[in-house]
Amino acid sequence: MLLRHTSKEVKVREGLTINPAKTCQPIGAMYAALGIHGCLPHSHGSQGCCSYHRSTLTRHYKEPVMAATSSFTEGASVFGGQANLLAAIDTIFAVYDPDIIAVHSTCLSETIGDDLQQITRKARDDGKIPEGKYVIYASTPSFIGSHVTGYSNMVAGMATQFAESTGAKKNQFNIIAGWMEPSDMREIKRLAKVMGINIVLFPDTSDVLDAPQTGKHVFYPKGGTTVAELKSSGDSLASLALGSISAEPAAIALEKKCKVPFETLDIPIGLTATDRFIMAISKVAGVNVPDEITEERGRLVDVMCDMEQYLHGKRVALFGDPDQLLPLTEFLLDLNMKPVHIVSGTPGQRFEKQMRQLLDERSPETNFKSGLQADMFLLHQWMKNDPVDLLIGNTYGKYMARDEDIPFIRFGFPILDRIGHSYFPNVGYGGSLRLLEKILNAIMDRQDRDALEEKFELVM
Amino acid sequence: MEANKIIPDPAQVREELIQKYPAKVAKKRAKSIVINDPEIIPEVQANVRTVPGIITQRGCSYAGCKGVVLGPTRDIVNIVHGPIGCSFYAWLTRRNQTKPETLMDANYIPYCFSTDMQEENIVFGGEKKLKVAIQEAYDLFHPKSIAIFSTCPVGLIGDDVHAASREMKEKFGDCNVFGFSCEGYRGVSQSAGHHIANNGVFKHMVGRDNTPSEGKFKLNLLGEYNIGGDAFEIERIFEKVGITLVASFSGNSTVRAIENSHTADLNVILCHRSINYMGDMMETKYGIPWMKVNFVGAESTAKSLRKIAEYFGDDELKARVEAVIAEETPKVKAVIEEILPRTKGKTAMLFVGGSRAHHYQDLFAELGMTTVAAGYEFAHRDDYEGRDVLPKIKVDADSKNIEELKIVADPELYNPRKTDAELDALKEKGLEINGYEGMMKQMTKKSLVVDDLSHYESEKLIEIYKPDIFCAGIKEKYVVQKMGIPLKQLHSYDYGGPYTGFEGAVNFYKDIDRMVNNPVWKLIKAPWETAGNGKGAGLEASYVTQ
Ligand code: SF4
Ligand code: SF4
Repeated sequence: MLLRHTSKEVKVREGLTINPAKTCQPIGAMYAALGIHGCLPHSHGSQGCCSYHRSTLTRHYKEPVMAATSSFTEGASVFGGQANLLAAIDTIFAVYDPDIIAVHSTCLSETIGDDLQQITRKARDDGKIPEGKYVIYASTPSFIGSHVTGYSNMVAGMATQFAESTGAKKNQFNIIAGWMEPSDMREIKRLAKVMGINIVLFPDTSDVLDAPQTGKHVFYPKGGTTVAELKSSGDSLASLALGSISAEPAAIALEKKCKVPFETLDIPIGLTATDRFIMAISKVAGVNVPDEITEERGRLVDVMCDMEQYLHGKRVALFGDPDQLLPLTEFLLDLNMKPVHIVSGTPGQRFEKQMRQLLDERSPETNFKSGLQADMFLLHQWMKNDPVDLLIGNTYGKYMARDEDIPFIRFGFPILDRIGHSYFPNVGYGGSLRLLEKILNAIMDRQDRDALEEKFELVM
Repeated sequence: MEANKIIPDPAQVREELIQKYPAKVAKKRAKSIVINDPEIIPEVQANVRTVPGIITQRGCSYAGCKGVVLGPTRDIVNIVHGPIGCSFYAWLTRRNQTKPETLMDANYIPYCFSTDMQEENIVFGGEKKLKVAIQEAYDLFHPKSIAIFSTCPVGLIGDDVHAASREMKEKFGDCNVFGFSCEGYRGVSQSAGHHIANNGVFKHMVGRDNTPSEGKFKLNLLGEYNIGGDAFEIERIFEKVGITLVASFSGNSTVRAIENSHTADLNVILCHRSINYMGDMMETKYGIPWMKVNFVGAESTAKSLRKIAEYFGDDELKARVEAVIAEETPKVKAVIEEILPRTKGKTAMLFVGGSRAHHYQDLFAELGMTTVAAGYEFAHRDDYEGRDVLPKIKVDADSKNIEELKIVADPELYNPRKTDAELDALKEKGLEINGYEGMMKQMTKKSLVVDDLSHYESEKLIEIYKPDIFCAGIKEKYVVQKMGIPLKQLHSYDYGGPYTGFEGAVNFYKDIDRMVNNPVWKLIKAPWETAGNGKGAGLEASYVTQ
């Protein structure tokens, strides 16, 4: 047994987190910043954080992940990190020549009390930022929230620090991407195109973290939302924020700064969340939904009808991030499956409320916990008490899946041991169909594996 | 077979590497980039701060302490005191394999423990939460040891992890609790954390169990972390030759073994950088000499085994060592002879760690490949230039912050395993006792040595030298591969290994052969890119009748 010390008996913990279902803010900020074209993320703190964040993102994407650090030593920790950040800005523009440096803080610089707004302003006043270049920032203390909060803060920072309203509206809509994969962002752009609307999608990591092999390392890959697009987001007709934790704060910022109205939606994972997404576009832009989309939807529903017998009543445990868990849970319920245990380390009253509401209506007996001590250790204990047929979550889930001998689907962040998430989406009808295929494969492979010889089926 | 490549002029390369830097940065970096001369070894600037803004390979002191040294011991509950991230990222990512003897034995390696500090803990102090966490860990698992690791904010807000540990240790009575002040800002890299870990392990673990260990030839393996099963292979060989491994620091190790390690008669050191402090401290306190060995490479393994046998000075052991070498070598030879024609004459670059960039040169030499440039991520001058340089290293502000334990001979347990005369005789025979000659002596003249290589410099080096393989870590992996050059990770081995000993050498030869000769590197260009896109003239009528 890999997790041999995990006992069945659940004891309330108040100090110790075991096997967390979340990580820290800056990695989210770093990921978001990679979705701006020509941007170098910068970690303001000691080297270690930056190294860990880059390593984890690299393992997840199997792609270069460039980011710099203020390389604090003890002196900086005592006297403040201003000198380090100013020196870093100099070095970065001279050596790596980005269009934008996106600075995020770390626990250390937050504890010291470094003020990123003041330091970056000083950098500008001191002439350290070349003409036409930018330094933006987001405060991302990890003792608040989770990696999702960090993502959200950086995306909100993009809106507040770039968006401008010229007074003349543009015929375009903002889609603010909640934490999703490059493949998902690519799919969102495709759907918008099929719907016939112009969008500014930000951030956008497609063509950044799924870059092709060309024999050349392109330091700033071709993808990413451009500065011009980000600026113009203030002139858009409306914003759709995909994800109440990871995307909505940016939409609120845009509304405050440039009076762009917004609507918050779930990330379109699964049938009904995608329906709402398509309906919202149709409504806000006043466009008809083309047949192409209706047919995509039809294909998904077709498989749901045809394969319902394998899904019905299957018990699922899941862990991950709020903005993905909500639509995923809804999708499982639409598939007539039973989400039995749900855990997210990311805290948030809004999420608690939304998830409770969904569960109260459709699955009141589900175990659900988020925030402190809502960790994989607890989830595993729940699974021992109340076994499931399927586990869905990030790579760390494979230890539980192996010990309990249950099928496992990798979903969320980080996925360290498989590829696919950067290339094939989970959003939209097509993405949901892929997710459904994975679910079916996991369940049916298990049925094949466990079937008695006389019960082994050819056709299923 | 490719002909030997023309090696560029290193002086010119050096100029190119620093050209783009702002003047102050260029001046600083220049001192860390040197042209090797194994006869008169030049000075390398090492273990100094990384310039802010430079994209560095380095991590932090916490990574060196918890991640490297303490992480691999399976039955300690390692609680990271800090916000969640630091603990999360160090969770299972270093591939320290471990093999508990029975299903009942403790193994906490697959677990991640954190106090997950929240804002109120930062503002009002986190010691209370830490103690609650220690109590909960104790109640849940009843481990033999609990270790606490401080991350950056902890030092600043003034939580006393040592006091909290002492208090809980006294309270439990049957659980050793101890802390490490390994905040990430200490020192300039992982290296500071190694030192802090050595101090803590020495103070709180070594010497707690005086049960005499069994065996005639007893040693500890220092600086071997069982990545990819490296320690398993060394254990296999030791068992074959009849050497007793008392404790390993710390791959596949247990609390008890480390606590009993002072009963061994020799310390052999693999990774000099991360554990040399332990060798010195055990020598002073208990009289156990240490010897630098290298089990990376088949020839190096044979050489190291012979050195160990020579140290124990036992004819029977020497004979067994020779027998084992004779038995293992043909298998290795058979593989390398088949592979060598495909690897010979190729070039490698190694920029990694604090000892691997040295050790792996032996394996490349066995593959007939030349190391044209190498450097460490977090080493000190002695790892480059040899320990003779130690008295000349000036202690700067960053190193001063790291405690040097004052060690004296233990009044009861000090027992010099060899007399001075015996040690001298061994040295006469060429055994380097308590010494290490460093990486540069082994590298060719005019090869390039770069400490703390930056991302920018690595791209330049690749452009200029076009090596056949580049060795570094995960952050560099896909950057270099995007340039069409295979990168071998020498921290994680790309999830392969082991690479130590005889079986490890075979694994490595095969992996490198596969990587440098993989047809995929020739498939990068699409046919229309090489043939000229759109230059076709339509289909030719080439219908052939019989
Ligand atoms: S110190 Fe904070 S920012 Fe850095 S890795 Fe740890 S939790 Fe994350
Ligand atoms: S916060 Fe400090 S200890 Fe933690 S990863 Fe960052 S540098 Fe290392």
